[in-house]
Amino acid sequence: MTTVDIHAAPDRDARRVVGFKPDLLQSSEHDLCPGCGHPIAWRLVLDSLVELELSHRTILIAGHGCYTQMMRIADLDSLQCLHGRAPAVATGVKRMVPGTAVVTLQGDGDMVSEGLHEVLHAAARGENVTALLFNNGVFGDTGGHMTATTVIGQRTKTSLDGREAAEHGYPIDVAKLLTQIEGAAYVARGAVNTPGMIARTKRMIRRALELQMAGAGFTFVEVLTMCPTGWFVPTADGPEYLEDSMMETFGIGELKAPPPAD
Amino acid sequence: MAPRLMQGSDAVADAAILAGCRFFTGYPMLPFTELLENMAKKLPHAGGVCINAESEIEAINMALGAAATGARAATGSCGQGVSLMQEGIAELALNELPLVVFNMARGQQDYFQSTRGGGWGDYRTITLAPKDIPEAVVHTQLLFYLADRYRTPVILYGDYVIAHTSVGIELEKLDFGPLDSKESWALDGTMSGTGRARQIWTWARGKPNTPGPGPSQAWETIAEKYAEIERTEQRFETYRAEDADTLVVSFGTTAIFVDRVVDELREEGLSIGSFRPITLWPFPAVGLAEATKGCSRVLVYELNAGQMVDDVRMYAEDRSVIRSIGGVSQDSSGMRQGDLLNADEVRARIRRAVAEPAPSRA
Repeated sequence: MTTVDIHAAPDRDARRVVGFKPDLLQSSEHDLCPGCGHPIAWRLVLDSLVELELSHRTILIAGHGCYTQMMRIADLDSLQCLHGRAPAVATGVKRMVPGTAVVTLQGDGDMVSEGLHEVLHAAARGENVTALLFNNGVFGDTGGHMTATTVIGQRTKTSLDGREAAEHGYPIDVAKLLTQIEGAAYVARGAVNTPGMIARTKRMIRRALELQMAGAGFTFVEVLTMCPTGWFVPTADGPEYLEDSMMETFGIGELKAPPPAD
Repeated sequence: MAPRLMQGSDAVADAAILAGCRFFTGYPMLPFTELLENMAKKLPHAGGVCINAESEIEAINMALGAAATGARAATGSCGQGVSLMQEGIAELALNELPLVVFNMARGQQDYFQSTRGGGWGDYRTITLAPKDIPEAVVHTQLLFYLADRYRTPVILYGDYVIAHTSVGIELEKLDFGPLDSKESWALDGTMSGTGRARQIWTWARGKPNTPGPGPSQAWETIAEKYAEIERTEQRFETYRAEDADTLVVSFGTTAIFVDRVVDELREEGLSIGSFRPITLWPFPAVGLAEATKGCSRVLVYELNAGQMVDDVRMYAEDRSVIRSIGGVSQDSSGMRQGDLLNADEVRARIRRAVAEPAPSRA
């Protein structure tokens, strides 16, 4: 067994990876804040598409939010649509070009606040698309306002002293709702706050895409991501804050999955 | 092929499929419902898809998605249902996506909604208002062509009479000429990963390798397109209007009743004719200005509290001679047409207006 002295100098110099960017990005430049979890989650999607050889047959349907930036730089045939409507738009797309991988990208304000109707019905119809929810519990793009997934106690600009059930109601666990819908074939929730979580989340995204291409039905992956700017916490505290707040309410794992093929 | 007795909703569905419509979605609402039923029955046999949507908002957004792939797509509703679709209609216009919207309206109170649009942004919707089923069949096919040609959402303004009455009709496929390929913008995933992926986005900022003009320039260009449509696509019909001293302006099925009364009053020696905008937008401004020249009365008969009369006032040769003689017209169900869609009522209102001293021209 080899032991590593973690206090010793590394046996090679640290390298800055210049010009590094995943495939399927036309640029690594974006305007997202330091500490934002979205780019990590997005990279998992792009890498999965490449690994599954879906690079030349994917259509991205993006909603409205900080992540719209990622549609702009993605080397994917893309359509940006109105807040909440991505699953409906994706329905029309997928029905007309059924051989493609259709991926929707929405935030929690987009999918759970404005578009709960669209996502639930797309799932109920068993639309053969992969719906991604990047959930940071806040309207990041507008500057930190309460969404339908803001957890109890969380401070936002419209719940200054923290979300209180009596005044602001309760957060919605959309993944849990989706598990009850017959047309939803795969429902999972991951996060990007630790390397282990990132690796686990990538497996979920890959699985969802594989199932879509196998025609299994509606596939859904929620990714809890950091928004230190919208949470009003120091950038470096984002991952820990995510674990202490959101993960307490929203459990991680595959909530619904078909049995693995033999 | 011999003429076949068909209900309007049936004939319009066939016309849409003849025009190549392969995606249809809608939320049931009378008198649009039968069109949805017919599409649900027929479209799958033509290799298409029809979805009974869970709301009008879903319907318009599903149709937008289908249109974004380059497929000929359509949706429809009426009145309040079309109100819900306005966000999507605006989005289609600013994304330059073609779509046909069938508004089988409950009467004529959707004139403003169709011609002004309730959505956001500098856009218009080409709106055709057929007077009867045979014309609706032609308009349906023409609209699919115009939507593609100008890459814009368009509206068929039908109504209860067109949707629910039947006529003997012979359908033929119409050819309006060649169209540009959709390849440069229609999404099918094949440009993904090539460095030249396509992007449909109202902000039009493009991607790093293929920058777009950005919102300001894109929306300016779109506005110029609508100005061109306004110049080139005006359509109208006049009836016995050449020497008419009194001109009655009406649209859609109402015009059939007006024209019948024009014939009767001509028999009595009255100098009267009619003018019918076929395109509600672009409003036939040039035609109306010409037709109203020298008229001592211009009477607007529409089944609402006065909507189209705004356009007539805008474009008539002399606005001081214009009188609104229509009115709100609904039956007790609130879903059909009221008592004003009736030749006796049209005749009585025209007679009353003509009996008054002619307004002095400005």
